[in-house]
Amino acid sequence: MSNIDLSVKIGSLILKNPLMLASGTVGYGNEISNFTDLSKIGAIVTKSVSLKPRKGNPPQRIVETPSGMLNAIGLANVGLEEFIKTKIPFLKEVDSTLICNIAASSIEEYVECTKTLDGEETVKAFEINVSCPNVKEGGLIFGNDIISVGKITEKVRAVTNKPVIIKLSPNVSAISDFAKVVKDEGGDAVSAINTLIGTSFDIYKRTPKIKNITGGLSGPAIKPVALAKVLEISRKVDIPIIGIGGIMNWKDAVEFMIVGATAFQIGTVNFINPNAGIEIIDGLKSYCEQMNISKISELTASYQL
Amino acid sequence: MFTSKVPVESVEKIQENIFILKAFSPQIASAIKPGQFCNLKVSETDFPLLRRPFSISDVDGDYISFMFNKHGEGTRILSEKRNGDVIDILAPLGNGFTYEDDYDTAVMIGGGLGAAPFPFLTRRLKNKKIVTLIGGRNEKDVTDWGLKNVFYSTDDGSIGFKGNVVELLISKFNDFKDSEIKIFSCGPTPMLKALQKFTVDNNIKCEISTECSMACGFGICQGCPIDSAEKDKYYLVCKDGPVFDAEAIVL
Repeated sequence: MSNIDLSVKIGSLILKNPLMLASGTVGYGNEISNFTDLSKIGAIVTKSVSLKPRKGNPPQRIVETPSGMLNAIGLANVGLEEFIKTKIPFLKEVDSTLICNIAASSIEEYVECTKTLDGEETVKAFEINVSCPNVKEGGLIFGNDIISVGKITEKVRAVTNKPVIIKLSPNVSAISDFAKVVKDEGGDAVSAINTLIGTSFDIYKRTPKIKNITGGLSGPAIKPVALAKVLEISRKVDIPIIGIGGIMNWKDAVEFMIVGATAFQIGTVNFINPNAGIEIIDGLKSYCEQMNISKISELTASYQL
Repeated sequence: MFTSKVPVESVEKIQENIFILKAFSPQIASAIKPGQFCNLKVSETDFPLLRRPFSISDVDGDYISFMFNKHGEGTRILSEKRNGDVIDILAPLGNGFTYEDDYDTAVMIGGGLGAAPFPFLTRRLKNKKIVTLIGGRNEKDVTDWGLKNVFYSTDDGSIGFKGNVVELLISKFNDFKDSEIKIFSCGPTPMLKALQKFTVDNNIKCEISTECSMACGFGICQGCPIDSAEKDKYYLVCKDGPVFDAEAIVL
């Protein structure tokens, strides 16, 4: 059957299909490879790596909410050195495209991580996390500050020729302003959106269910918000968008592409159905066949308003 | 580890608020060990969103069983399953009990629904004596389903020893003087904490089955940390546990 061209292009990066596994929802790939064929996935975005290992937040880190979940993991990760030594070799064996997500608490740390990883051939692009809501320094402070986002983009851009993707926070008044600054400073694409800040309380104890008090909301609950943010960027800024937020199935993915996404990431669904990625890719093929679409990239920003 | 769509055989109410869900799965039955757990999708829709982790309670031939209290939306849905309904199960998950090493008597200690993993352990134990101590708030809180040689403790004294299950253990401790025991435990954190202190202080082999809110159950969400006895290190309950040596963790 399939003569459908599923490939998409983000800057100089060509993916075999638009489906990416979101950072922080697939670790470094090894656990989920028990359930799914990673070689069929467009790209894997690894758990945020920082210069030094981070222990992460104390429990409770996760709570389910209506059609969603809150998490406050706190960027727990093995640190850059261990990542290069033990995680990259596994990912090298997987015939997928590897995108490294980098988190940092200073501009210098972003630059140093990018510089170090730039020499790793397996790493095909960088996703810069300026929007983690769950750590005290860095993260959200940068993500809310347009000058910082511009500066980080500029400095990271200067140390790598690989595609630079900036992962944007939805917890701002005009996300398209941030996308514009990323484009102006030489970023190749934006990922939108990271989680929305939320909380949940135990009404009998009157205490937050998550130790960090607030967490990042993900899952189907945030899909309409995410779609609106992607559409806003698409209408105002000419930059490739990687759509993220509550995608559970191929229909959700198509919706993101129509409102402006070149590619998309799945996150929370991996926790529930670790083979969701493959099922979504199959669904996209059938949809394209049914709709007589020969290149899936035609879908991007094909909205009729 | 695999996901599997499994038909429900029956749901039985064995106590005021304790249910046993039995399902047919030769695949899980042959793969799973006592103390391991399964992550169950209770509905076919996106609500409730996440899977729910349950310890495996028993394996009888090709049938697997789970024991649960009805206390939220997920367990309410589970309690209403009927013969032939299908549930999606991710299994086998985590590390179970180490029960084939050298000791004479297995002492299983469960607080309330902490009894859940012990019917399967009871079934699998060979050539060991078994003593089971089950504690709860009152007589409606405890069950001896699938267990052997059971002694109860209740906070209100409505059945068995009046007090908590660790006090019951201490009161019976002389009975075990002449045999080497190994404790297998599961229950609420305050109980496990008291038990951990007692077993570490008295140099008794003890394994603790822990729990924590989690999403995936196999290590990718990083949602279920537990303090390790090593400084500045977390284990993950799902992947490194849920069963730990009492000395290995800080509760």
